[in-house]
Amino acid sequence: MRLLKSQIDQKHGSGFATLLPEEPEDMWHAYNIIQPSDRLRARAIRRVTKTSDSGSVASTRITMDLTISVISTDFDIGSGQLHVAGKVASENEHVKLGSHHTLDLELQRKFTLEKGNGWDSVALGLLREACDSEKRAELWAVVMGEGIANICVITEHQTILRQRIEVPVPRKRKGVIDGHNKAMDKFFSTTLSTLLRHLDLANSSPQTDKTVPLLLASPGFLAQTFLSYLKGEAIRTTNKPLLAIIPSIMVAHSSSPHVHSLSEVLASPAIRSTLSDTKYARETALMDRFHSLLRQDDGRAWYGPKEVEQAVEKGAVGRGGGVLLISNALFRAQNVAERKRWVGLVDRVREVEGGEVRVLSSLHESGKRLEGLGNIAAILTFPLEDLDEEEEGIGGGQDDDADMVI
Amino acid sequence: MPGHHRAKTLGFDDDEVYGDDEEYDEEGEEGGNGMTEEDREQLRVGTIKVKEALDSSVNVSDAQIQEALWHYYYDIGKSVTYLKNKHAPQPKAPAPPKQKAVSRFDQAASAAKTQPKTTPGHKPKAEQKIPRDRLAESVEKVKIEEVPKVRSKNLNVVEEFRKSGMKRMANFVVIGHVDHGKSTLMGRLLYDLKVIDQRSVDKLRREAQNIGKSSFALAWVMDETSEERNRGVTIDIATNFFETEKTRFTILDAPGHRDFIPNMIAGASQADFAILVIDASTNSFESGLKGQTKEHALLVRSMGVLRLVIAINKMDTVSWSQTRFNEISNLMMAFLTAANFLKKNLTFIPCAGLTGENVTRKVEDPRASWYTGGTLIEAGEALKDSIDSVEPKERSLEKPLRMTVDNVFRGGVTNPTSISGRIDAGTLQVGDTILAMPANETAVVKAIEVADEPVDWAVAGQITTLHLTDVDPVHLRLGDVVCDPNTPVKLTKRFKCKILAFEHVFPMSVDVFRGRLQTEGKVRDLKALLNKNTGAVTKRNPRIVKPGEVARVVVLLERELPLEVGTRIVLREGGNTIAAGMLEE
Ligand SMILES: Nc1nc2c(ncn2[C@@H]2O[C@H](COP(=O)(O)OP(=O)(O)OP(=O)(O)O)[C@@H](O)[C@H]2O)c(=O)[nH]1
Ligand SMILES: [Mg+2]
Repeated sequence: MRLLKSQIDQKHGSGFATLLPEEPEDMWHAYNIIQPSDRLRARAIRRVTKTSDSGSVASTRITMDLTISVISTDFDIGSGQLHVAGKVASENEHVKLGSHHTLDLELQRKFTLEKGNGWDSVALGLLREACDSEKRAELWAVVMGEGIANICVITEHQTILRQRIEVPVPRKRKGVIDGHNKAMDKFFSTTLSTLLRHLDLANSSPQTDKTVPLLLASPGFLAQTFLSYLKGEAIRTTNKPLLAIIPSIMVAHSSSPHVHSLSEVLASPAIRSTLSDTKYARETALMDRFHSLLRQDDGRAWYGPKEVEQAVEKGAVGRGGGVLLISNALFRAQNVAERKRWVGLVDRVREVEGGEVRVLSSLHESGKRLEGLGNIAAILTFPLEDLDEEEEGIGGGQDDDADMVI
Repeated sequence: MPGHHRAKTLGFDDDEVYGDDEEYDEEGEEGGNGMTEEDREQLRVGTIKVKEALDSSVNVSDAQIQEALWHYYYDIGKSVTYLKNKHAPQPKAPAPPKQKAVSRFDQAASAAKTQPKTTPGHKPKAEQKIPRDRLAESVEKVKIEEVPKVRSKNLNVVEEFRKSGMKRMANFVVIGHVDHGKSTLMGRLLYDLKVIDQRSVDKLRREAQNIGKSSFALAWVMDETSEERNRGVTIDIATNFFETEKTRFTILDAPGHRDFIPNMIAGASQADFAILVIDASTNSFESGLKGQTKEHALLVRSMGVLRLVIAINKMDTVSWSQTRFNEISNLMMAFLTAANFLKKNLTFIPCAGLTGENVTRKVEDPRASWYTGGTLIEAGEALKDSIDSVEPKERSLEKPLRMTVDNVFRGGVTNPTSISGRIDAGTLQVGDTILAMPANETAVVKAIEVADEPVDWAVAGQITTLHLTDVDPVHLRLGDVVCDPNTPVKLTKRFKCKILAFEHVFPMSVDVFRGRLQTEGKVRDLKALLNKNTGAVTKRNPRIVKPGEVARVVVLLERELPLEVGTRIVLREGGNTIAAGMLEE
């Protein structure tokens, strides 16, 4: 995203920023920055009807700049479209003040944003991150099992499932393996042709010499077998662009054919060393660390809004290793007080306690893992017990002879 | 989850996998009239048999007999009954088939029958195959009489089962760590019982030798795909059958490799008992303990398997050492009883699958003279005895039909849509209308097979193949539940369940398994920790469930699935089994 112009008072948070989204990922940033009650100005098209003096009605479509006060946002991750609904907030010769309008933000079309409740630290952080022009890593991945393939693209901030392929594959039967083999061939060819369509190798200009790395992952040997198939097809059809990417294809092990296995694939040392230090790799490693601390169960890992707030309150998320993990989903809260609560917590950990704050993207697997834990978790500098304050031992009494209830 | 919104399903609207239409048409066309050589032979033989069966008072032409044979898929008995009813000399109207109260679903099903689907790939077979010169005649007959393509004999299956005096049946799953010799042991068993003949084994030996894997020749009886043979590893469940004097056994040979535990679960969910194979050789037993020996044992236990034969295998590699046998037995006994197996339900057998000692015949090696117990096969038989002594056989037969689909395949030219799996409850007979969930689509059972033999009916506990008509295979998926249309299984997306944790459990993404079903889900809320034995709540809203603890949790599934109260499930994450559970609500 390009920052065309900004006038923000860092202290009070007043002021505006004019931004130009340049690539699809920027829409995701815009989605995270734009909040209800903000004022958004962008180009709009309205149908305007005019009654001429003679009484005839003419309808024309007029392009204009419109400012709305935001009520809600709607983001479609697949197409990367962001729709912002609100009420018209500035006088305009064609549109009545207060009437409803939905602005559709588009690539290469600037918009100007003013924060309804001011630019807080999180909003400023997001803005900085969005405008960071450093080239971002991107990775395609196919996570597969017999008859299932998930084609995903992993960018700095999101994991997008592009397509799920399911081909029914009969299991082997005594003396009959034909059906299985045929279906597997069909599965491989469907997966390959779909993958090629998405990669769009022919159209990605060879000049940019930016070969996007491709990762194939599966339980067992399937990914390896698929790679052999892909190589065979590339040679058979003398598909030059495909032959060109073969050296940059990685094969990895995943424990299931599901998208959430990606987190475990991306955390594997082999893959991590191949990929440069990316945000998702860091986030995944962090969640892994949190999980293993949680398993140790020594009171240094807590999750859930109330528990984490208490831990911060007790000064356990500060200097010397305290980490607050928080999903950006919490900052998208429609409720102003709710957002203030989380921004306040972040500010406190960062500025007062001296701890580390990591905002995880809700669109990566790591963010989804955090979502399960209430979107917020913390690694503590010293153990705390009983933040979940519950009396122990209601039932009690072990009876070793009895059958287990399960 | 916005990340999944735009995702589309591919491949399902495309029936090539099942359709193979070109191939089908070719076969249909050869010899004109849509008949194959085989068809014609069957018709010829069938006509003679029907003629013999009909007494001379019934006046029918060959064409009419053949017509009937077509309709009943060469079933002589059914054709004879039909012809007798229709052409009997007395001028009485043909008796309408006895029927139970016609349900909504039955009506729907018969409606479907009279209006054949027009999708070209899915013409009901009987019609497609009626020779052309007789087509007009047959159409007329259908109009007059509405001969159902599949007629139910309306048997009282429970009664039939009771009076059949059928040999008892048992399914067992063979489990254990990778390479501990499961497939070899089963290959050996089938070979020694002459289920597999010498010639086939010789052939496997030659082929295995050719790719430098001669030690796997017997395993290849079970490992049939090229992937399995080249890698020397079982990937999916192999099913096979053998019979003793008392029992008809079904083998479910599971893969040991940890990546294929989903397939192992599918096998274990169909088993009455398990054979846990343990490699006795130095270090192998120990590495198995860290690996799947324990995990498999815990899994089958939590899936309801209470009895194990522990086959301490490859005894030839440890010179049939009694010390080693005792060492392993004692360790395993301690572990298994701690895992809630009862001592009396565990049998330890020393054996060697490769040489066949103590599999079907007693070991003769002098170094094994210390061993006085029985063979592997005797141990299996004894476990079956003990199952029969405690479990009332017919209880689950009276319940509504439930069958978990383990495989969906093309059963042959005449059977384009077939499924197989274990009947968990209830009974089935030819002509029944079944309902497949979650698709909520009905199908008609055209033919049933148990252990490769055609049968008229099947009952709970049997692993069964159903050949279906009046259903599009796109509606059938692995892990579906087939049920009685009158008491359909409910679909759920969110459920409470009691779990026994194998690993730490906290709110997390998991894979949920039930039989062949595998789906993404989440452990949502940890409701309470429970007392293991009484089920009483010991702690509310725990933060984490530790290994060995029992808890009540809420699980959320990605999509609606057929799961009922009492269904057993397995939760896995990152390739580890983290818990086994049972649905509460
Ligand atoms: N010496 C000896 N070797 C055996 C015996 N049984 C099996 N083996 C060898 O062990 C190896 C593995 O045998 P398999 O039968 O494929 O093992 P498995 O348990 O089925 O393996 P997976 O299905 O892949 O888990 C083969 O090389 C066999 O020849 C035995 O009794 N003695
Ligand atoms: Mg095997």
